[in-house]
Amino acid sequence: MALHEILLQQLFNGLLIGSFYGLVAIGYSMVYGIIKLLNFAHGDIYMIGAFCGLIFLTIAAPVIGAGWPSLIVGLLISMTLVGLLGVVIQRVAYRPMLKAPRLSILITALAVSMILYNTVMILSAGRYRVFPAEVGTESFFIGTLRFTETRIILIVAAFTLMFILHMFITRTMYGKAMRAIALDRDTCQLMGIDVYKIIAITFFVGSALAAAAGIMAGVYYGTIHFFMGFLIGLKAFTAAVIGGIGIIPGAMLGGLLLGLLEAFGTQIPFIGTVWKDVFSFAFLILFLIFKPNGLLGRAESERM
Amino acid sequence: MAETKIKRKVTDTIDSVIITLFRIFDNKVYRYTFLFAAAAFLIVLPNLSSRFTQEIMTNLFFYVVVCLGLNIIVGYAGLLHLGYAAFFAVGAYTTGILSSRMGMDFWLTIPFSVFAAVLAGLAIGFPTLRLRGDYLAIVTLGFGEITRLTIRNLDITGGAVGLIGIQRPVLFGITLNQISHFYYMFFILAILAIFVSYRLHDSRMGRSWEYIREDEDAAAAMGINVTTSRLYAFVIGSSFGAVAGSFFAAKMTAISPDSFMFIHSVMFLMAVVLGGMGKIPGVVLGCIIVVLIPEISRDIGQYRLLIFAVMLLIIMLYRPQGIWPDRPTISAKE
Amino acid sequence: MALLEIKDLTLRFGGLCAVNALSLEIEDGSIRSLIGPNGAGKTCVFNCLTGFYKPSEGEMLFQGTSLVNKKPHYITYLGLARTFQNLRLFKEMTVLENVMSGMHCRTNAAFLTTVLRTKGQKAEEKHIREVSEECLDFVGILDKKNYMARNLPYGDQRRVEWARALATQPKLLLLDEPAAGLNKDEKARLIKLMHRIRDERSITIFLIEHDMGLVMKISEKIFVIDYGVKIAEGTAQEVRDNPKVVEAYLGKEEEEESA
Repeated sequence: MALHEILLQQLFNGLLIGSFYGLVAIGYSMVYGIIKLLNFAHGDIYMIGAFCGLIFLTIAAPVIGAGWPSLIVGLLISMTLVGLLGVVIQRVAYRPMLKAPRLSILITALAVSMILYNTVMILSAGRYRVFPAEVGTESFFIGTLRFTETRIILIVAAFTLMFILHMFITRTMYGKAMRAIALDRDTCQLMGIDVYKIIAITFFVGSALAAAAGIMAGVYYGTIHFFMGFLIGLKAFTAAVIGGIGIIPGAMLGGLLLGLLEAFGTQIPFIGTVWKDVFSFAFLILFLIFKPNGLLGRAESERM
Repeated sequence: MAETKIKRKVTDTIDSVIITLFRIFDNKVYRYTFLFAAAAFLIVLPNLSSRFTQEIMTNLFFYVVVCLGLNIIVGYAGLLHLGYAAFFAVGAYTTGILSSRMGMDFWLTIPFSVFAAVLAGLAIGFPTLRLRGDYLAIVTLGFGEITRLTIRNLDITGGAVGLIGIQRPVLFGITLNQISHFYYMFFILAILAIFVSYRLHDSRMGRSWEYIREDEDAAAAMGINVTTSRLYAFVIGSSFGAVAGSFFAAKMTAISPDSFMFIHSVMFLMAVVLGGMGKIPGVVLGCIIVVLIPEISRDIGQYRLLIFAVMLLIIMLYRPQGIWPDRPTISAKE
Repeated sequence: MALLEIKDLTLRFGGLCAVNALSLEIEDGSIRSLIGPNGAGKTCVFNCLTGFYKPSEGEMLFQGTSLVNKKPHYITYLGLARTFQNLRLFKEMTVLENVMSGMHCRTNAAFLTTVLRTKGQKAEEKHIREVSEECLDFVGILDKKNYMARNLPYGDQRRVEWARALATQPKLLLLDEPAAGLNKDEKARLIKLMHRIRDERSITIFLIEHDMGLVMKISEKIFVIDYGVKIAEGTAQEVRDNPKVVEAYLGKEEEEESA
């Protein structure tokens, strides 16, 4: 393949992976925006989403098959269930900690993350599980570029979800309340906004999107694993920071950028696939140091 | 609510027991008698016990050293560190490489290992300690992974297989190769770690960390250089980890990247938080829990981490100061 | 030469101008006040002086040394100490420990001397303790040194803040609304204390205050700002008679306490 074709192919791959990162990053960013919590458990929510999808498909396959229609149903059901799980976690673990020192709530989030992935580890016997989706693997070519139907559908689905979220945030009262709480929780409470309800909705939406990303990752990679959330959690956090943490369009942008960066990074001879993750983390650290407010973030204040 | 009542009763009982202990130990005679008896018991223990017991106790001492180091960063300075295993790895690999590839004497490798940890601590701490506190958690997590992946991918560290043939330390002409040797070695290290932690806590430096933890702005307004103070904690804590890593390498004679995973960082953190961040007896208690519980009931195997995670959550929700209670404030005296 | 000299100090937040081209001088050994209606930008001036905010423009000279771009801890080291409007004590520490924090920048024990507990380190710890106790004695709460800071009544907590600021051994003391929340008796004692600080310890005092009565009683010279701009300067009498000041204060309703 000619160079420009390799680049185009990587562009497509990058956008696809990047849209997964973006979907997970949105949840990170929303939660950080509203209660200033780094939700370490968010990557595990993504993993739970994938396993939810797997369970649904296993049950539904004999009845309605495991093709696209049942995938879509599974996606919606998993999103709902995992969204509710997010709300429960928020209620049990985070809400009592809202006034506690930052260190305590971070450790709480870490504990939740460990509870989630250890539970799944025990239930799944720690093995890789095949994701039982039966979707087309036939590919077609545009010029010399290879596409599969699956990938096209996945990327369209990811962008659709992001678009719906964007509409939700900008066009509804909930979205407005969410942004208001991010600015000043106490005042919102005084103004009669049910702060806890809005926080719960935020967790629901963020978790549901992560679950969707988890199922899509299951379809894309073919196997899932209890520890799959760890790495993507870190990367989605990177994406959220790149875009400016707390800023939702920033999370989407950051996700796509990081996906592209990795896709092209693997093409650089020195980096290759072995150093891919090192490359991402180093990028995260440098980004945090030099541009902690992200691409879309404003300088926080003139405080030194 | 009955649930809260029971909860309160349990907490109160634990507290009253330990506060009684505090009262007893406020008496210097009792305190030193107890410490002396405990030390004497631990000194004679290897002669009375099996290899297996000695192995577990050595592991416990090792945990005490590492966790007290992490405690300086997390407990004293209030910085969440999620990549502590990386500093432990820096120490272990510095000794490993110098010893197995260059044939350097074990004792000579220790200054290098501390130096490497200080450098790594500065490299990570200097740019990030001025950032928002919770970013540090992610940076250290990322750094932990970078270190592990780098060790895995480089030739000099032996890649995924790791290093073998690390030389045993020689002390007074005796090659330390028995489990009882390492038992005593880590015992001494643990005592040293407790001693240093104790002195640091009760000092100008220890207080400066406490001020910053309580109120960063007020501390700065009182003339405390917040960044430098934190950097000190970070570097001192990292050096503890590196020294423990060096001795770990000497004990194992072979090391691989699998000993320095994220999960190890989490286990260290768990021990610090469960017992009580910032409190030396609390950290020791945390280490005892984390090391001994899986040994006492072997069949919990795969549930081990889950149980610890649930304990961690409960501790954070109901008893954020950890199992060890805070010292009663009324008895504050000269 | 003036102890503190502020020239054209300007502080903007986005489009908002919190402090606008403010210039003033504080002479060594004086007691000066900065007054103004709520939201006039008084605390912002303090935050600039102590390095918590970075001024957009202007110069601040303390004994001829510029304070611009200096970190808060270094400014304290230079000899500027402050108290906070809403008390910022280390609540979970004892009163004595609180005051000992002020001595941090005047001492220097580091890792090795601490671990080895050298003679020098021991002497230094003793010195820290003595100075801190002396400061507590000065403000009159030495008997409460082993109390947890959070357990003290409000008035005493204020005094802990004062002692803590004195322990940094400042040349200039910045007091942010020192009389807020104090009753009449406490205010009278406060005035006495301020005079003692100036006369016995030769520390210059610059305060922000809301309570006009107190300000009129204590300060030799008053600066009035409104919307970040200095509108008047002079003795209590001069300021009181200045029509601009009257307008700034009476032209609108007094609001509740806020920054």
